[in-house]
Amino acid sequence: MSGTPDTTGGRAPDHAPRTVVVTSMASDAHTWNLVFLQLLIEELGYRVVNLGPCVPDEVLVEECRDLRPAMVVISSVNGHGYQDGMRVIRRLRAADPLATTPVVVGGKLGVTGDEDSERVAELMAAGFDAVFDDGADPAAALRGFVHSLQAGPPALAGRAPAG
Amino acid sequence: MSEGFGAFVRAHGGEGRLVVQPRMGFGDPHRMREGLAATRAADALTVGTITLDAHTRVGHLQAVERALRDGSDLNGYPIVSHEESVTRWVLSAASGPGFPVQVRHGSAAPADIFRTLTRLGLGASEGGPVSYCLPYGRTPLAESVRNWRESCEVFAGLRERGVEPHLETFGGCMLGQLCPPSQLIAISVLEALFFIRHGVRSVSVSYAQQTHPGQDREAVAALRRLCGELLPTDDWHVVVYAYMGLYPVTEHGAYRLLGQAAELAVASGAERLIVKTVAESRRIPTIEENVAALEYADRTAALTGRAPDPGADTQTYREAAALTEAVLNLHPDIGEALLRAFRAGYLDIPYCLHPDNRGETRGRIGDDGRLLWERTGALPIGRIAGSHRARPVTSAGLLEDLSYMRRRFDEVAVEHRTPLPVPGTRGTGAG
Ligand code: B12
Repeated sequence: MSGTPDTTGGRAPDHAPRTVVVTSMASDAHTWNLVFLQLLIEELGYRVVNLGPCVPDEVLVEECRDLRPAMVVISSVNGHGYQDGMRVIRRLRAADPLATTPVVVGGKLGVTGDEDSERVAELMAAGFDAVFDDGADPAAALRGFVHSLQAGPPALAGRAPAG
Repeated sequence: MSEGFGAFVRAHGGEGRLVVQPRMGFGDPHRMREGLAATRAADALTVGTITLDAHTRVGHLQAVERALRDGSDLNGYPIVSHEESVTRWVLSAASGPGFPVQVRHGSAAPADIFRTLTRLGLGASEGGPVSYCLPYGRTPLAESVRNWRESCEVFAGLRERGVEPHLETFGGCMLGQLCPPSQLIAISVLEALFFIRHGVRSVSVSYAQQTHPGQDREAVAALRRLCGELLPTDDWHVVVYAYMGLYPVTEHGAYRLLGQAAELAVASGAERLIVKTVAESRRIPTIEENVAALEYADRTAALTGRAPDPGADTQTYREAAALTEAVLNLHPDIGEALLRAFRAGYLDIPYCLHPDNRGETRGRIGDDGRLLWERTGALPIGRIAGSHRARPVTSAGLLEDLSYMRRRFDEVAVEHRTPLPVPGTRGTGAG
């Protein structure tokens, strides 16, 4: 999408930087979270494709199928994250090349502000590689996750470390 | 014709009095009904709100149905999906003469919503072709303009049923943060003109509290002056939104910021205020939290007087007038003028990801707390706004600007005057 800020923060590695998709889901219109995450992940040395707000399921799956990203970072803050997330992760996992792509979600996932461990477990069981609570420092959380990827395939059981 | 939303607010707000309103919305009809009744019963001069959920906003009625079936909480009231008899029952708790109710949604394709409102005889809503498009998703702006034109015309049909339809612009908010006031004012005025051209005769113009009280007072004065100059009706009022960016997390911070919004509203002669609650930074607020916020704002308003007029010819006014005039000169049809304006970069929202936004402008917070233009792109205000050195954007830098108000209000600072004690804590003078 247009309007994404130009950045100078990230130090790209010598080889072509790998691509990360940053996205919201169908019902969520918030974008400051996406702009912030884009900058953060660029600073970690990746190229970011920011799909923007209210991304329909089909668009999300298609874009990821085409881009074959190193990671998909989903953000939801409007309180529908569990509902939208359960639906979206099933569709991503069902799309062949995305069966093992690292996919994480974070933000404010429900409308009650509590961390609901049952729902986090459901999201993990449905196929997310990590679910980040709103309380977690996002920079530390993502850095930790990226390092764990570089160390080997994502083998995170349960909730991702909050950093 | 029954007293509509606009007439009610103009009769009871302004000249030091303030009508206060929550941003309330629940998926469950029982809770929604209770919420309206509690808003009406609050010890404040209130109007009611039904905020719609985010699936309804994008027209995903299947997702609403799934949530209702699974018992998942929605972030608002799904007015298109609930039976109309259910919504009538919800409204019957409170709505009526002396308590108008407004429906708030956030849809760039609102025809279904407006048809539902028209059938229900609900005469007040809000939004706009720009403000419910660019910050709210990916609908092309041209489509939003078409949809909003049609929706205004549908809504205007309410007059045949004895209800005067009222629309509020959401243009005074846009992304909530880091857009200097002049562009918020311009979009608010342009959207009000759009509503009026398409048959809605009673309007309100919004302005969201930003980062500096003096600049905000200037902004509301500029908004009032421009409305006086450009709107072909007297049936308009100003609504202030309590801060629409990252909200303080502490209770004292949340109330101090709300108090400052109430002061801004009264001091600048605004008629209505939409409040924020202590839950804002985390989750959807409860009914009780909403009532506490309404009452706190009302008490603060009662202690506040009208401030001296900041003068007509401020920089904020000059920028807003230049933007509005440049856009209006682009085409006699205001919808078309808005489309051309975004194409030409005469309007350009900082940090907005929408493909129809050029993305060449940038706002930032100056050392004194005022919002400044760091880059004006193709906005026709380059000379008025002056230039400020543009810095590279980093995630930490962005978050620092976004958290400016949160940081300041969460700090325990010495106030220039004793603030009202926050509800639920002991103290005197809580009235
Ligand atoms: C600005 C704002 C808006 C603007 C958005 C403009 C835009 N284009 O972005 C407007 C006014 C349009 C808006 C609209 C709505 N909003 Co709003 N909005 C906010 C507000 C005030 C600030 C958000 C913000 O700017 N954040 C800045 C970014 C940088 O921070 P963040 O979003 O908090 O994300 C941080 C973390 O969550 C984390 N994070 C986020 N995602 C991820 C992902 C990963 C992987 C990781 C590791 C971390 C992470 O990192 C970020 C930095 O710390 C918040 C309340 C608040 N926080 O104070 C409400 C809020 C998010 N909105 C809310 C709601 C409900 C809505 C609406 C549905 C209206 C309604 N019913 O009230 C509509 C949305 C319509 C839709 N279709 O979604 C609720 C969500 C409630 C919930 N989850 O329980 C909030 C919390 C307000 C409230 N208390 O009611 N909103």
